[in-house]
Amino acid sequence: MTITLARRTVFGLAAAAALTTAMPASAADWQPNRPVEMVIMAGQGGGADRLARLFQSIIQQEGLARMPFMPVNKGGGSGAEALRYVKDNAANPHIIMATLNSYFTTPLQTDIGVDIEEFTPIARMAVDTFALWVNVDSGIETLDQYIEAVKAADGAWRMGGTGSGQEDSLVTALLEREFGIRHTYVPMGGGGEVATQLAGGHIDATVNNPSEAMSFWQAGRVRPIALLTGERLESMPDVQTFAELGYPLEYYMQRSFVAPAGITEAQQAYYIDLLEALSQTEAWQSYATEQALLTDFLSGDALQAYFLQERDLHRDLLASIEQPS
Amino acid sequence: MLKTLTKPDTLIAAALMAFAAYLMWHATALPIGWDGARGPGGGAFPFWLSAIMFLAAAGIFMRSLLAGVRPEDLKPFFEPGMLGPVLAVTLALGLTIFLMPIIGAYLAIPLFMFWYLRFYGRNGWPVTLSLTLITPVALFFFFEVALLILLPKGITEPLFFPLYAMFF
Amino acid sequence: MEILSLLGQGFATSLMPLNIGIVIVGVTLGLFIGAMPGLGSVNGVAIVLPLTFIVPPASAIIFLAALYYGAMYGGAISSILLGIPGSSTAVATTFDGRPMAQQGKAGLALIAAAGASFVGGTISVILFTIFAAPLADFALKFGPAENFALVLLAFTTFVGLGGDDALKTIAMICLGLVLSTVGLDLITGQPRLVFFDMPGFYAGISFLVLAIGVYGIGEVLWTLERSRIAPTVTAAKVTYAELRSAIVTLARTWKTMTFGSVMGFFVGMLPAAGATPASLMAYGIAKSTSKNPETFGKGNIEGVVAPETANNAASTGSLLPMLSLGIPGSPTTALLLGGMVMWGLMPGPMLFSEQPDFVWGLISSLYTANLAAVLINLALIPLFVWALRMPFSVLCTMVLVLCIVGGFAPDQRMHDVWLILIFGIAGYLLRKADYPMAPLVLALVLGPVMEQSFRQALIAAQGDVTTFVTRPLSGMFIALACVFFLLPLAAKLRKHRHAVQSG
Repeated sequence: MTITLARRTVFGLAAAAALTTAMPASAADWQPNRPVEMVIMAGQGGGADRLARLFQSIIQQEGLARMPFMPVNKGGGSGAEALRYVKDNAANPHIIMATLNSYFTTPLQTDIGVDIEEFTPIARMAVDTFALWVNVDSGIETLDQYIEAVKAADGAWRMGGTGSGQEDSLVTALLEREFGIRHTYVPMGGGGEVATQLAGGHIDATVNNPSEAMSFWQAGRVRPIALLTGERLESMPDVQTFAELGYPLEYYMQRSFVAPAGITEAQQAYYIDLLEALSQTEAWQSYATEQALLTDFLSGDALQAYFLQERDLHRDLLASIEQPS
Repeated sequence: MLKTLTKPDTLIAAALMAFAAYLMWHATALPIGWDGARGPGGGAFPFWLSAIMFLAAAGIFMRSLLAGVRPEDLKPFFEPGMLGPVLAVTLALGLTIFLMPIIGAYLAIPLFMFWYLRFYGRNGWPVTLSLTLITPVALFFFFEVALLILLPKGITEPLFFPLYAMFF
Repeated sequence: MEILSLLGQGFATSLMPLNIGIVIVGVTLGLFIGAMPGLGSVNGVAIVLPLTFIVPPASAIIFLAALYYGAMYGGAISSILLGIPGSSTAVATTFDGRPMAQQGKAGLALIAAAGASFVGGTISVILFTIFAAPLADFALKFGPAENFALVLLAFTTFVGLGGDDALKTIAMICLGLVLSTVGLDLITGQPRLVFFDMPGFYAGISFLVLAIGVYGIGEVLWTLERSRIAPTVTAAKVTYAELRSAIVTLARTWKTMTFGSVMGFFVGMLPAAGATPASLMAYGIAKSTSKNPETFGKGNIEGVVAPETANNAASTGSLLPMLSLGIPGSPTTALLLGGMVMWGLMPGPMLFSEQPDFVWGLISSLYTANLAAVLINLALIPLFVWALRMPFSVLCTMVLVLCIVGGFAPDQRMHDVWLILIFGIAGYLLRKADYPMAPLVLALVLGPVMEQSFRQALIAAQGDVTTFVTRPLSGMFIALACVFFLLPLAAKLRKHRHAVQSG
């Protein structure tokens, strides 16, 4: 036991020495020596959780890392719990966090003493898209009909979505601002539940991610009106974007990883390399296409700049919800 | 009168009333009223339920006061001589939980077991030692190796690096 | 007929030697995970899910089904032996299971639980096979108003459970409901009741933390104090003759079992409800329709049989909306759903027509897993009962260690472990003062659905309260709830009048 251990250390040192001379700064400078906690800003079973577990299994299947990645759900308070946890574990290189847009909105809405600028950006794996959906029984097929119906309902048009202040309510606010309409926003649990309530006719419209409502669309129960993307999607080529209709509305859900503040550059590089390798696997690419995810890989400083820009955008959006004009 | 006030039933009812009042105060941070078109506000549910709890506890309190001291109330609330042991176990548990993040679950839990089995439960050395040693090993394999749930390690973390390397 | 041949193929797959081995491993692992306080099927499925991308999908599904069933059976084990419900679905099992174990009938209770689970699983799989397609739409009829009415109905069935002191029961129900609102308010996005600004409270108070505290730590402290009076837990043995007589006893409860299974399946199908209300309602109904309701809560075998058939049937039922609508009714089914998406299957209305071999393969694996679970469970009962014969101090240590570790494991928060200790002490004192614990724990489980669906329904109806009674399904549930609420009162009144007349 001790002998093998000692030998391993010697080899490790030798290997590390060899590598440092060969390459100036590479992932091999640092390797995790305990399992890595993959903190998820949402509860079990949601979109973020599903993605984190997919990553876990791809890492395991492809042998991308020496230590396993363990998903830990800390979804309390729209991710407030996860943010605090990562903040309190500054300089701990064995924690990474899978984020979504509550990464911006939660610290803006609740004072939890977290500044996301301090965290170490790792990589953005994908952005998820949004579309406006209605129940087919409503007979609405075009955006104009939709606007007319909402206006006719005089504020009683029921828009379902996730919790207040979260993505769906922001998209709703975007729509209201652009078209001068009013909805009754009904906050519900996860995106799957929202899609089901629309299919059952308990609400009138949603702004679900395409992946959440896709199966009800195929079954002829719900209908997409327009996409909140820059371009049309490969998986639903006949659906128009708001931009095509003359309204430049775009909103995305980012799926990125960050690490605690104060980890070394070698540690950051290790995770960036790992996730870059992951983003090129076939398993991930095919999943992303099926689920209508856009896979624009972004890492390091470019990602941090993106985060800060998104934070400003969300600050404006939240302000416009709080003071409806 | 003092006897009625200090009997356990009265005291616990009073404590519940105080807790309910605290909850009511806490809940008022959010609107507790009814907004015509949107139903009750965010604080309404906790506030009004705490209010009902307050009334129920107040009812118990009054009932207990009015009943006076009945013969069964004169029985001690705790079994004679057993309050000490119960307190000892509670404190030991608290200490174990306090130590878990510092010296790690794999030291804190065996220490607790050792104390409980040997000094509290008066078991023999074979039982004490075997259980104290087997439990952490079983916990490690069940939680960490099989279920991938890491228990807190505190300062003992470095000792586990070779184990991680071996089992993952 | 096509269904039958697809099922046959599924059985052929699940009976291959490799898959039988997988079923045995899965069920055994599931049993132990389920029997561990704090861990349930969700943990087992979460851990195994990534592994299933390495093995062929058919074997993966079988493994998951085996684990799911194993954990469902296992939940009853800790409820009966230790009195700690391992999951919210097993709370009702403690009501009579625990008293039976204390009377030395742990073996009988475990056999009853296993047998009942098997019957529940079987009946629900049959219902699934016959009605899967037409029932898929049923769950869509449930909007917020219906969900609220259903939870209200579940609540009224356990009004009678609290014991005689109405004031204390009310206080505990309210306390449970208030504790369930801790954390972030979904509707407004604002934090509520975050005590002392501790970040741990943002996540709310989980059912498991309260249950492990009250039933685990609280129970140990309680027993410890009593240990001078009753030094040991009554030891139990299991013999072959006992097994046979237990099966005969069990067979006599066929009415309860059938009713529990059918109701469990339907309630389990509703995404917002699931297995917990199903098991409660089955218990409540078994009690109120029984000839001697006063024996419930004191070790009546029907009190074990009713919730166990219902929760097993409900967990099969909850797969239906997951498969046909893509809505998970529980964290476990949510994980399974995620798994299916990763396997490239799109759950939803088209799944039954596009992927029939997957659907029916899953159902036949469920059936195989159910059968394996009952056999393995019965075989292991002597081992579990033997565990009860450990010296009292050894058993206590083990329970306390399991409480601490089991409280930490689900969310990996020390905050929860501290809460467990606090709830343990509070629960111990409240119990000594005759406050009922079951309403407290169950109110915490049902509270979030109740509040959210109530407020969602009102928002959707522009604040119009009549929405709850004017919608047909919701109105029907509310009416039923009123009946259930008034029944015990009426019985009391009748008894009272009787006493007055005769007196």
